[in-house]
Amino acid sequence: MLGLSSKDTALLIIVALLALLAPVLLNPFPEASAMAQFNAGYPDLMQRFVIYGIFAIGFNILFGLTGYLSFGHAAFLGVGSYAAVWMFKLLSYNVVPAILLSVVVAGLFSVLIGYISLRRSGIYFSILTLAFAQMSFALAYSVLSNPKFNLTNGETGLQVYTDDPQIFHRAGLPDLPHFFGLSMRSTYTVDMGGWSFDFNAGYYLCAIILLVAFYMSIRIFNSPFGIMLRAIKSNQQRLNYTGLNSRPYTLAAFVISGMYAGLAGGLLAAMDPLAGAERMQWTASGEVVLMTILGGAGTLIGPILGAGFIKYFENIFSKINDNVLHQWFSFMPDGAEDFLVAIVHPFVGKGWHLTLGILFMLVVIFLPGGLVEGGQRIGRFVFRRNNRKGGGLEPDAKAKQPAE
Amino acid sequence: MGILEVKGVGKRFGGLQALGNVNLSVAENTVHAIIGPNGAGKSTLLNCLVGKLIPDTGSVTFQGESVLGRKPHEINQMGISRVFQTPEIFGDLTVFENVMIPCFAKRDGAFRMHAYESVKDEVEIREKARLILDDVNMLEKRDMIAASLSRGDKRRLEMAMCLVQEPKLLLLDEPTAGMARADTNNTIDLLKHIKATRDITMAIIEHDMHVVFSLAERITVLAQGTPLVEDTPENIKGHPKVKEAYLGETQA
Amino acid sequence: MDAFILQILNGLDKGSAYALIALGLTLIFGTLGVVNFAHGALFMIGAFCAVFLQRILSLSFLTVDETRTDFLGNPMKVETPYVVDWFGPELGNAIIDWSVPLAILFAIPVMVFVGFVMERGLIKHFYKRPHADQILVTFGLAIVLQEIIKYFYGANPIPTPAPRALAGAFDIGTVIGFDANTIIYPYWRMIYFAFSLIIIGGVFGFLRYTTFGMVVRAGMADRETVGMLGIDIDRRFTLMFGIAAAVAGLAGVMYTPINPPNYHMGMDFLVLSFVVVVVGGMGSLPGAVLAGFLLGILESFASTSWATSALPGINQIIIYLVAIIVLLTRPRGLMGRKGVMEE
Repeated sequence: MLGLSSKDTALLIIVALLALLAPVLLNPFPEASAMAQFNAGYPDLMQRFVIYGIFAIGFNILFGLTGYLSFGHAAFLGVGSYAAVWMFKLLSYNVVPAILLSVVVAGLFSVLIGYISLRRSGIYFSILTLAFAQMSFALAYSVLSNPKFNLTNGETGLQVYTDDPQIFHRAGLPDLPHFFGLSMRSTYTVDMGGWSFDFNAGYYLCAIILLVAFYMSIRIFNSPFGIMLRAIKSNQQRLNYTGLNSRPYTLAAFVISGMYAGLAGGLLAAMDPLAGAERMQWTASGEVVLMTILGGAGTLIGPILGAGFIKYFENIFSKINDNVLHQWFSFMPDGAEDFLVAIVHPFVGKGWHLTLGILFMLVVIFLPGGLVEGGQRIGRFVFRRNNRKGGGLEPDAKAKQPAE
Repeated sequence: MGILEVKGVGKRFGGLQALGNVNLSVAENTVHAIIGPNGAGKSTLLNCLVGKLIPDTGSVTFQGESVLGRKPHEINQMGISRVFQTPEIFGDLTVFENVMIPCFAKRDGAFRMHAYESVKDEVEIREKARLILDDVNMLEKRDMIAASLSRGDKRRLEMAMCLVQEPKLLLLDEPTAGMARADTNNTIDLLKHIKATRDITMAIIEHDMHVVFSLAERITVLAQGTPLVEDTPENIKGHPKVKEAYLGETQA
Repeated sequence: MDAFILQILNGLDKGSAYALIALGLTLIFGTLGVVNFAHGALFMIGAFCAVFLQRILSLSFLTVDETRTDFLGNPMKVETPYVVDWFGPELGNAIIDWSVPLAILFAIPVMVFVGFVMERGLIKHFYKRPHADQILVTFGLAIVLQEIIKYFYGANPIPTPAPRALAGAFDIGTVIGFDANTIIYPYWRMIYFAFSLIIIGGVFGFLRYTTFGMVVRAGMADRETVGMLGIDIDRRFTLMFGIAAAVAGLAGVMYTPINPPNYHMGMDFLVLSFVVVVVGGMGSLPGAVLAGFLLGILESFASTSWATSALPGINQIIIYLVAIIVLLTRPRGLMGRKGVMEE
């Protein structure tokens, strides 16, 4: 279907079902129960899952396929956000031109940065992208927000004011980002027994864009272009001696991933019409690296899993405080309860980043293939055990590759 | 006039004269071996031919066109393929994908996005890759990850990757280095088979005299950066200068 | 002219910090071949060694002074630091006052130990892994270390003053023939500069004149060969890591009076120090030092009012601009050897 192999089609359908049913699937616990804190079916959280999923899918096209580790992709996200908010300010709150412009601007910006950075590889490339991103952050944070020329509005962040032109704004349209009149904030809530599900317009816009982005990434993975990119990662020397100049390929991959990042930035602004410089900081770039690695760099589904995983646990972990912990461990004797709370305390709430850092190290050390590889290992383990019990099939020794 | 002409090539690394005034002419459709003891400058010469090094003096022309100052990928596009001492293949990819990549490159050499096409639809290229894998007896291993192949199979795969581009000149840098005797003989047979089935010129840099005398039609002996003798294998065998250069290394 | 000299002086303290961190980064990269993103965290831990020591020395007990009353009329509670109680008011207060310099003695063993544990426990397993993995795992470690510090010391900068005797400023202008009050430079910054010169000199002398240093230099040139000579190069490299950690830590200790430390200071300095290493030339120790001072001074010049009025914000981006230009025109950096990490 759609030019995909049956395996990839199945993957796409699964992702589509998960994305479209997310408001239900992510709210498995009744509203009133104690477990409701683990629900994730809130519009703004689901939007973040999907938007950062798009960001990570794009990053994976560069890092997962070519092995070029960029530490500056947050710059493109930030540029996309700024471009989108400017569209809101100048034209109207319609999200379509905003998202389109954010992709275009991020694309142009990544051509510039990529053209320079890709003249080096390895660690030099990482440091160059890092330097560019930090420079962009400094530009956005202070340099480009002086009274003479205020492009970014500095520390406050760029937002829409009532005296902005908004030349296409009409009285009937919502005063918030909208899709031809359909407000991104409009939510249809369904109450069923103890459950409550929010179907949010903004989320569904993001989800549909995610599916398109994911579909395109599958196509790229399976295309001759995708194989070239993997060849660059595998052995650049051989590729050169095969008569190919690898630079146009890496640049194309860089720009594609920059446009994905810009798209994510534009969507962030479309959900909440605000753009701040902190989105461009290098810790933000580190976060997308982390999502991709955690999920499984170079795999199709990995980046989405990684983004969802990190954003979910960021949300849950940072909400847990000592009261919640005491509730959890209340079944224990008092001394043990206090002890456990004291042990867990540094890792939750504001300590979420500590957990994140530890997780990151553990994944790089023990599971370089990320969650996808972890899943495969478990799968293989279970599969082998079943085999031994049945005594039937021989375990498949040959590793199968998706593309061939 | 040979297909590859090396004239007066010299290369110096600091105080070391690696190559001094090398003249060499490789005739079309022959197997030309370049031999010499360690440090004779064989690898330096090869690197000058493929654009990895730029010689200080002299000229290198391929079919009348200079190769000097060109990048490796441009030299490849002129019709020169290179086999490395340790096989250089795409280790993370399958054998079949390894062979497809040079096909894509050969299509017109230039950058092509084709990001939305599918590898599965490249019927012509797949057929070409299948044929060449069949030719080197690797077809049944087409779905294996290249890094998991044996040394001999990696060499076969690398050879297939070069041949699928139908090069006019194949440069081989010690193609049997580090191989067991059986693998070496297999490689010799493979090279003979390749030579017999197509119009191709081969330049071999080799240490192993068994390989050299099984394949070569012309031999150039290099010592201390300059060519000592160039002749047919029969004449080289008993040549006193060669014996002297090798100091008893010539068991053949 | 006086303004010119003042800007050079102003660049020296930041330049010193860059140089010291870059020196450690280069040592680790040169000997171990590892790109250490956690090196900034070592700088930060050093700074918090000073904070920790100051807190320890200031530990107090409460006594009730019956002779005085507080504003409610109750007997006043007085905090007496233990050191004052033990050593008498004069020596005790002096110890607290001089806690930052004292922290040097405290930080050396701590930092060497931290370096040891890091190398043996983590970095060692990444020698053979790709650079990307090294970057990622040390990046994770940096996050962990700074979050641990944040957990104990909070997110706000902690003022850690220099000893009172060194808190003033020196009118350098009068010494070198300018008018009074034209070139004023704080004592502590002078000390910091001199201190960093001593450390840099010490590291260079150590590498130059000891057999240990000779082996390390040989190992930087060709690790495998040295290993084959029957020298246990790994153990020496572990110690090298400890030394690099100590250098970064001491740079951090001494920096605390200039800038109150916070948990993310390491990250802030790390990015710039990487740029310094790249500009100086990957793997070149003199290059790292030279580039550290040059970029510090350059940054100081870019911060002058005429520079910022000509190009607003130039001070924020000058270092990155220089790095990009250097990398594109001379990829091996100012003093890098040809062929080292040029691709």
